[in-house]
Amino acid sequence: MTLRIENLAVSFPTGPVLEGVSLSLDCGEVVGLTGTSGAGKSIVAEALVGALPPDATRTGRITIADVPVGPRTVALVPQRLDALDPLATVGSQIQRFAQLADRPIDVPGALASVGLPSQTARLYPHELSGGMARRVLLATALATGADWIVADEPTVGLDTAAATRVLSLLADLAAAGRGVIVISHDVPGLVGIASRIVILRQGRQVETALAEAFSGAGTALRDAFSRALWNAQLASDTQC
Amino acid sequence: MLTARALGHAYGNRQVLRGVDLDLAQGEVVGLGGASGSGKTTLCRILAGQLIPDQGEVLLDGGKLLAASPGQPAPVQYAHQSPELAVDPRWTVGRILANGTAPDPEVLTALGIREDWTDRRPMQLSGGELARVSLARLFHTGLRVLICDEITAQLDAIEQERLMRALIELAGRRKVALLLVSHSSALRSRFCRKSLVLDHQDHR
Repeated sequence: MTLRIENLAVSFPTGPVLEGVSLSLDCGEVVGLTGTSGAGKSIVAEALVGALPPDATRTGRITIADVPVGPRTVALVPQRLDALDPLATVGSQIQRFAQLADRPIDVPGALASVGLPSQTARLYPHELSGGMARRVLLATALATGADWIVADEPTVGLDTAAATRVLSLLADLAAAGRGVIVISHDVPGLVGIASRIVILRQGRQVETALAEAFSGAGTALRDAFSRALWNAQLASDTQC
Repeated sequence: MLTARALGHAYGNRQVLRGVDLDLAQGEVVGLGGASGSGKTTLCRILAGQLIPDQGEVLLDGGKLLAASPGQPAPVQYAHQSPELAVDPRWTVGRILANGTAPDPEVLTALGIREDWTDRRPMQLSGGELARVSLARLFHTGLRVLICDEITAQLDAIEQERLMRALIELAGRRKVALLLVSHSSALRSRFCRKSLVLDHQDHR
């Protein structure tokens, strides 16, 4: 089964924010989405789950096996921590997502799968570190049991070990048959788990490259901006 | 200038900070690292006077931190690692930037705040754009110390470099001390003269 985004464009009353974005994702595959800040990466995620702001206008097609994507087909791991309900415990929020999908849930198991101890269930969002909150958001998305997942910056604020664990978990979900889109500024992290990486710049798709193209000085990358982004990332990771 | 001595803090029976000392001189750039949950954000909130530590004290120029009052924002400011949690989602960017003191054109230019964001609400900005807005509103004239909690984590590598250089240059011009919290030891060693790294004292 394949999820396809074809010629997706989104605009607000203030102007267009996304134009001509197309990508496909098979079950069992991880596709990465990266690019500049404000390039429209999160807009792609919101379009996938049908959560665009009410004043947004969308054109283009998003289908799975040629059928338009319906509500709750794709689970979102949101970038913004305010997606957590400040008045509900972590455990009840995970349960709420499972109930929406009409599924039973083992809350301690769900927490363990994202590397959190079972006691986390009784904490409220304000008692979580930033890294813990990110992993709770991932657990809520997994609780839906959706076959398709889009994770928007799931490793922001995590230390290297925790980030590696989250990326491995997303890769494992794909290996178990789910289709996963990971949005991240961490290009080396994406290269480690994705088969292809889509690069956005100022609302436009400048390139879709195989993960192998991101190596050395990036000469296998077609677009000059893609190469600049890759080289800047390498420089920021290695300079001391 | 800003001195923290023997800070300790626990949430219930979870000890997250123990015996932490820190000195920040005027205009100095210091890094703060440590694993997820090691207490970095707790330390930041204590240094900014937003949380009273169980043990130890924080002094600015040898005196206790004074609370902010109307028209007189606190001299130690904390840029939240999740900027969406630091702004009112119903306010426009223009109103957010004007909250407390009038926006400073030099700061807006240095941090790349665009005029066409003025009427947008936080939800209509990207994470990186909102991080810059969140920083700009903290740069008031009486600012002495700015604590930046993973502020570049939501930026791409090119923007990360650009923002860090702009921030350090702006802080240097105004003799503002910076505490840069980051998981990236490469980023800390590139921009900071010294770094404090917290141990994972208690798994959170």
